Amino acid sequence: MTVKITIGAVNRDHGSSRIYKTGGWRTMRPVVDLEKCISCYKCYDYCPDGAIKKLDKGITYDFDYCKGCGICAKECPVQAIVMIKEEK
Amino acid sequence: MTKEDLELFASGHRACAGCGEGTAVRQILKAAGPNTVATICTGCLEVISTGYPETAWEIPIIHAAFENSASVAAGVEVALKELGRKEGVNVIAFGGDGGTFDIGFQALSGMLERGHDITYVCVDNEAYMNTGIQRCSSTPYGASTTTSPVGKLSIGESRPKKPIAAICAAHGIPYTATASIAYINDLKKKVKKAVETEGPAFLHVFAPCPTGWRHGSDSTIEIARLAVETGVFVLWEAEDGDICNLKITQKPKKRKPVKDYLKSQRRFAHLSDEDIEHIQKEVDEKCEKYGF
Amino acid sequence: MGEQKAMTIKGNMATAMGAKLCRPNVIPAYPITPSTLFPEKMSEFVADGELDASMINVESEHSAMSACIGASATGARVCTASASQGIALMHEMLFIASGMRLPIVMAVGNRALSAPINIWCDHQDTIASRDSGWLQFYAENNQEGLDLMINAFRIAEDERVLLPAMVGIDAFVLTHTMEGVRVPAQEDVDEFLPPYKPSHGVLDPKEPATFGSFGTPDYYQEFKHAQVEAIEKSEAVIDEVFKEYKERFGREYNKVTTFQCEDADIILLTMGSMTGTAREAVRKLRAKGEKVGLAKLTVYRPFPAPELIKILSGAKGVAVVDRNISPGAYGAVYTDLAGAFANMDERPLLKNFIAGLGGREIFVESFQEIYQKTKDAVTAGEVKEPVEWINMNEDVMR
Repeated sequence: MTVKITIGAVNRDHGSSRIYKTGGWRTMRPVVDLEKCISCYKCYDYCPDGAIKKLDKGITYDFDYCKGCGICAKECPVQAIVMIKEEK
Repeated sequence: MTKEDLELFASGHRACAGCGEGTAVRQILKAAGPNTVATICTGCLEVISTGYPETAWEIPIIHAAFENSASVAAGVEVALKELGRKEGVNVIAFGGDGGTFDIGFQALSGMLERGHDITYVCVDNEAYMNTGIQRCSSTPYGASTTTSPVGKLSIGESRPKKPIAAICAAHGIPYTATASIAYINDLKKKVKKAVETEGPAFLHVFAPCPTGWRHGSDSTIEIARLAVETGVFVLWEAEDGDICNLKITQKPKKRKPVKDYLKSQRRFAHLSDEDIEHIQKEVDEKCEKYGF
Repeated sequence: MGEQKAMTIKGNMATAMGAKLCRPNVIPAYPITPSTLFPEKMSEFVADGELDASMINVESEHSAMSACIGASATGARVCTASASQGIALMHEMLFIASGMRLPIVMAVGNRALSAPINIWCDHQDTIASRDSGWLQFYAENNQEGLDLMINAFRIAEDERVLLPAMVGIDAFVLTHTMEGVRVPAQEDVDEFLPPYKPSHGVLDPKEPATFGSFGTPDYYQEFKHAQVEAIEKSEAVIDEVFKEYKERFGREYNKVTTFQCEDADIILLTMGSMTGTAREAVRKLRAKGEKVGLAKLTVYRPFPAPELIKILSGAKGVAVVDRNISPGAYGAVYTDLAGAFANMDERPLLKNFIAGLGGREIFVESFQEIYQKTKDAVTAGEVKEPVEWINMNEDVMR
């Protein structure tokens, strides 16, 4: 993205990092089994990238941003999330 | 949707996969809420979140230099008061361990001593990670870093970790706490308490770094939890600097062996059984002092 | 217009009173000789309720400038004071203040830099920060110190400029010396200097902005270019503001002020308090029929090259008296002036004199010597020795 410079590099375009899709970094991809999910939202809490969205029941991934770190799968108390190889 | 569902540290930031600091900042902002002004240090946090023309921040922030998050925040806090805009607004000064334990220590001490209404948050990953894993006074004994490398004559870092939270508490500030990204509710509770406290508060937040600690990106939280479960990192809070009456906020029922923690990270991979025994002894002594 | 009160005060008090009239909101400061009286006085004004502001008694000059930056980015009008080692310690933050386009104003008691440690006057401290992107003003006397503080706020905060400014008064010669000054009335300064309302953003949760972005090679050079454009635009702003100040308060300021330059063959170029001494030397030399003039540099950054070229081009020789030295090169003003003349076909011979380092006295006779040496070079038609040190104590030299 190219934008005009501002005075003093003050950036008022808050949250604009969202235009950059870190999902492209992913080599592993989380897959959630919503049947198993108990909606404890631990994965949501621990995600460093805010790439997990809470649903009324269960969760969903925002693959635009998920870097595939695997914290969610490891921290899931009921093993509802598995990491699979990312297919591009 | 609740207020805490707001993502004030936006996705798209360039933190490494599994970055503990990412989780820490995201959750701290959820707890503090949008009426917050933050200062940050030069380092990973600035690099991953402010590359012009992007910013990951949904709250106003200022990054000036490495060693002065606390003194920039002091200027912000006093100006907000002078301009009549402080009411209901939190001021949080973020620092990494380098910016807090080492180069920013003087500015931090000055800010705490002067009694500014600022919550200082040190997100600690135990070395200079942005420049490539150099030792800091936060680096624990035995960790191999690029400037305290393990070698024929070296065990890695030879000095113990500086007790930064106790030193800050000793300023007599109203609220001091240690926290961990493995214990989100405890962390958020402490953030809320800190920002609601009138006057300076200090939070020391333990946040593993997969890149610098050399562990899998999926293990960040597990390792943070192990640090607490083994007694390597103790979660406590203190009011009015009363470090003789710490409140331990997470007391492991039965402490796990320190070996479990050390073996989870390759920065400690070189440690012998005797080295580990030595570290276990030190941790035991520390935990005894804390009363568990 | 209100009456201008006549007072006899020290230079630090003059800059403090100038600052007070500008109604700063936040004053982060750290004591250092010879500027300490400034934070002391500001503290008294606040303590007595004469100034509605907050002091931040920081633990270092680095933190002083850091707090200035935080407060200014929050939208406050901010000033501080420092000198010598203090300015050296905050050096890093000076660049950040200007890069973020924060119109902080700093009163300086110009003092030598260690080692050896020395508390007396020279200009090395601010000259060493000349590339930090700050506007730089140098006062000849306490009145100028007071007036330039007020002008500095107005110029720095101008939307076309938005850059920090420092006002230098010479250590002890001015900082600690009582002189008569006229102090403008508060209501007149209020009219001259409207409240600071930054439009490029402030730290406010209502409109979240990120200050201090990471500038990649894709953008950094353009940011620096824009900053340089701003200091170039300040040239016209300075003229406008000085003109308005004269209309309102009756005292005239120029980037370069001349004395008997019209027909001068040799012109002395000075900065700061040495100018008064130089003026006396010019009077004495003129009385003997020597065609000598004097140009005083009040604004050093932006460097007033067009004005200097206009004033100095007609002369045969210019003696640049630098109260600073860039070891291995020349005095700073000489270097800049040589740069300004670099592409001119007609230019005077330039000679550089290093004088008054670390509080070494500069006498009327010193300027007579400087004049004579420059005249000799003009007569010879060449400058054999570009840099000469004045008033060296030969007895102690090895």
